[in-house]
Amino acid sequence: MKLIKITHSSNHTNKNNHYVWIKAFGFLLFLSGVLIFIASLFISDYQITSQTLRMSEQKVAAEHLQHLQVLIGKEYTSKSVALADIKATLKRSEPDIKNYELGVIQFWILKNAVTGSLRKYTRLYLLLSLMLATMGGLLYIIPHFFDNLPGIKNNNIWFSSTTGRGAIGITIGSLLIVFYVLLYWFPQYIVNVVVLVDPVSYFIRNLPADQWFLYGFLYTVTVFVMGLRMLAKYRHSRYHIVRTISIMFFQTIFAFILPSLMERLSMPGLDLKNAWPLNYYFFADWNIRNLLSSGNLGVFMFVWGIVLSIVLVPVLTYFFGKRWYCSWVCGCGGLAETMGDPFRQLSNKSLRAWKVERISIYGVLVFASVMTILQIVSYSTNGTLFGGLSGALNQVYSFLIGAAFAGVIGTGFYPFMGNRVWCRFGCPLAAIMGIVQRFKSRFRITTNGGQCISCGNCSTYCEMGIDVRAYAQRGENIVRASCVGCGVCAAVCPRGVLRLENGPVANRFNLVKLEPVN
Amino acid sequence: MDHLVIIGNGITGITTARHVRKLSNKQITIISNESDHFYSRPALMYIFMGHMRYSDTKPYEDWFWQKNTINLVRGFVTGIDTDQSMVHLNNDEKISYDQLLIATGSKPNKFGWPGQDLPGVQGFYGLPDIELLEKNCVGAKRAVIVGGGLIGIEFAEMLLSRHIAVTMLVREESYWNNILPQRESELVSRHIREHGIDLRCKVNLKELVPGSEGRVQAMITDNGEEIPCEIVGLTPGVSPNIELAKNSKIATNRGVLVNEFLETNIRNVYAAGDCAEITESDSANNKIEQLWYTGRMQGMALAKTLCGERTAYNRGIWFNSAKFLDIEYQTYGYVSNIPRDGEDSFYWEHPDDRKCLHLVYEQKSHALLGMNVFGIRMRHRVFEAWIREKRSLEYVLENLGEADFDPEFYREFEREIVALYNRQFPEKNLHSRKKRGLLNFL
Ligand SMILES: Cc1cc2nc3c(=O)[nH]c(=O)nc-3n(C[C@H](O)[C@H](O)[C@H](O)COP(=O)(O)OP(=O)(O)OC[C@H]3O[C@@H](n4cnc5c(N)ncnc54)[C@H](O)[C@@H]3O)c2cc1C
Ligand code: SF4
Ligand code: SF4
Repeated sequence: MKLIKITHSSNHTNKNNHYVWIKAFGFLLFLSGVLIFIASLFISDYQITSQTLRMSEQKVAAEHLQHLQVLIGKEYTSKSVALADIKATLKRSEPDIKNYELGVIQFWILKNAVTGSLRKYTRLYLLLSLMLATMGGLLYIIPHFFDNLPGIKNNNIWFSSTTGRGAIGITIGSLLIVFYVLLYWFPQYIVNVVVLVDPVSYFIRNLPADQWFLYGFLYTVTVFVMGLRMLAKYRHSRYHIVRTISIMFFQTIFAFILPSLMERLSMPGLDLKNAWPLNYYFFADWNIRNLLSSGNLGVFMFVWGIVLSIVLVPVLTYFFGKRWYCSWVCGCGGLAETMGDPFRQLSNKSLRAWKVERISIYGVLVFASVMTILQIVSYSTNGTLFGGLSGALNQVYSFLIGAAFAGVIGTGFYPFMGNRVWCRFGCPLAAIMGIVQRFKSRFRITTNGGQCISCGNCSTYCEMGIDVRAYAQRGENIVRASCVGCGVCAAVCPRGVLRLENGPVANRFNLVKLEPVN
Repeated sequence: MDHLVIIGNGITGITTARHVRKLSNKQITIISNESDHFYSRPALMYIFMGHMRYSDTKPYEDWFWQKNTINLVRGFVTGIDTDQSMVHLNNDEKISYDQLLIATGSKPNKFGWPGQDLPGVQGFYGLPDIELLEKNCVGAKRAVIVGGGLIGIEFAEMLLSRHIAVTMLVREESYWNNILPQRESELVSRHIREHGIDLRCKVNLKELVPGSEGRVQAMITDNGEEIPCEIVGLTPGVSPNIELAKNSKIATNRGVLVNEFLETNIRNVYAAGDCAEITESDSANNKIEQLWYTGRMQGMALAKTLCGERTAYNRGIWFNSAKFLDIEYQTYGYVSNIPRDGEDSFYWEHPDDRKCLHLVYEQKSHALLGMNVFGIRMRHRVFEAWIREKRSLEYVLENLGEADFDPEFYREFEREIVALYNRQFPEKNLHSRKKRGLLNFL
């Protein structure tokens, strides 16, 4: 018999190759950017001059600056020595100075004392660190999606060191945790990278950057870059395209640009979409006073904040479910749905986790509510009633919940516990909307008859840890307080079983048991 | 107290056990050899592709079984002694029963091809197969898959996820052409090729050739081609796994023979799922249903019978679904690959080559008989009702929006589809009635 020897046809050539190169190149750029960013923390010298003190006048009270006069002319190569010196000097003349206040003073003095190449070539550094990382990141995460045809491609996610709780994931998580701890409690140690974004801050707000501006800028860039990734990954799914554009829009415009512009005009830089009780200081004395003393716009913002929280939130949740906020508008949700998307499968689906979740999230809601009531009483009694207590509670809350929970754990734990740790276990606004969604809402996820094969993709990719399959395989609809309507369960289902829907409230659970209908 | 023993912890055995537990407090024991706990067989491919871990494919947490007093035994049943009401395990243990369910599923077909047992050659049915494939993939660059059914395409997708080049041999004119009508089959075939799979039709395997180390090195087809490969996937269908019943008094043919109540010839012994061959009083053809859904529905009917309410298994209006790489597929009612007498069909295809809709209706009455849909999601309950109520093709087209199950913001094709109908039947002038939309409630 004559054998015709043939090789595999040409469409077998590994299409992957050029994407691999782009990806590698992107990674290199990204890594360089990040390394330069981190390195810039260590390369500066610090020189306290009269100019330093003058630049700090806006942020540091004159009496402190007076006491710091003695440091003029000092030069440091070490950040910690400089910080210790500032502290010692202040302590000598003001033994009772509060640690918090001390930190703020250290931050501004040290930031304005930064000298050397970072000060001289700030823009160049900005370009070589953040801009380079952004460019590299885009090259790393986007083109390779186009190696595959559009569609759900979760290949190798659990094998990857980044997304499968491997070494890279642990490293990313640890770096994020370190970053948040420094940002919230030791900003004076990262003044150099705050200097880095000064040009951006002056450009947008005409103000020097502080650590919050740095944070807001990084946050927005991340949502934007990772939002583009979402658009590439879900380019076959219009629900995700529209939703991601909405998230990017609200983060960029409402959370970043608008507040910055208002600050430029010396107005309170309030994020208009940040509803109480996620915004836990909305009813704090100082915030109410600040708003009400800022003219008509301030009054408008105060009224808007109340209408948003008390009217719009429940009404829109009734019509669309809490997704209108959690996965379309919210900033925390925005980061979760963009930067967090690669980690969604890490959420815990066990019944135990659900029990913990309910205790924890409603616990935070009770805490926030009690605190708010006390704040309102305190405000309306000019601080005579509960003035001290509400202030103290607010401090505890902002430390434990606002910073430690929402920030450090909420984001730092993405690579360990999935991308919605805060939204699931902590957010009091989500808790309120969840109650509306569970008991009185037109939103549900409809299950398509008997088509479920119990494969588990839906549950695995539910960032809220909902065991979607448990309902779908029984033919029941999914009506759960925690569902943020990300739509990913429906997207990954290989049998088209799930659909996010708004519809009549009657029979939205569809508890009819799965029986062959004849 | 009655003791119900179930052999096989697949969807059939487990559904039966769960529903029996709801209806009674019988003692329930499930014996199975593949895994400690129930997992979703259709999800096997996703474990291999890294979408899920094995633990994610288990529909119930491990504490569930104890909580529901369902006793799980890991073991292999070697024989059934129906006189003593006893099953024999391979570790010489014996378990006695009052009621016995055989739900042992299927095993992959092998047709005695020369070289079919060479290293590198494998089927795809259970957990051991993905472990084996993991080993076989090391260093492999090319694979050939023989048999182009639903499991074959999943096998191919798994290999693509590891960047292994895939050739697929199918006997038919085009992919799954023995089930799908020609146009759908061709649409899927084009999609398979678009993914870089070398799909070859009307080709059969003749022989597998070992290399110097004994592992498969090439495949020879019936037209004399030699295709080099390091992996060969054999997926030419499955057949009932009934070894354990062969030497017993339980009647078997291709599968374990049961009536429509899923009862075997022996009192208190039942069979269901992939391994059962159902004889029907009103039909000469026995049927073996090898699907997840049928296993589940058989289990639900059987649970009632086991608890005293004798219930016939009735498949209801046929449905099935699958996914071919990126294209989802649903079918309702009856669509045959070759049009039958007295039938007509209406076919719409989207220019993007990813979506089509095929409605089959009775020539005379225009009553809907069945449908195939690719790339669009449709509501199960709506189509089921339309078919049961014998709605006309025209009614279905006008109300297609009601059945649309695609996610919000997706494009809707109802108008295009109706426009095509109006071009084909200019004397009728149909209008789309239902539209989806986020703001519908206004
Ligand atoms: C890869 C793959 C993908 C599939 N995808 C789909 C799909 O998408 N949709 C669909 O409808 N169907 C699908 N199917 C078919 C579907 O999985 C089967 O129809 C279904 O699993 C049959 O269920 P069962 O409970 O009857 O048997 P099985 O699931 O086969 O379970 C039987 C169990 O019994 C055990 N067993 C067998 N003999 C013995 C013995 N002697 N002693 C002890 N234990 C024993 C076996 O190890 C096995 O674990 C797929 C099948 C495969 C292989
Ligand atoms: S249930 Fe679905 S839509 Fe809701 S949060 Fe989970 S994955 Fe998202
Ligand atoms: S992804 Fe779909 S088929 Fe799989 S378990 Fe969930 S609903 Fe069922």
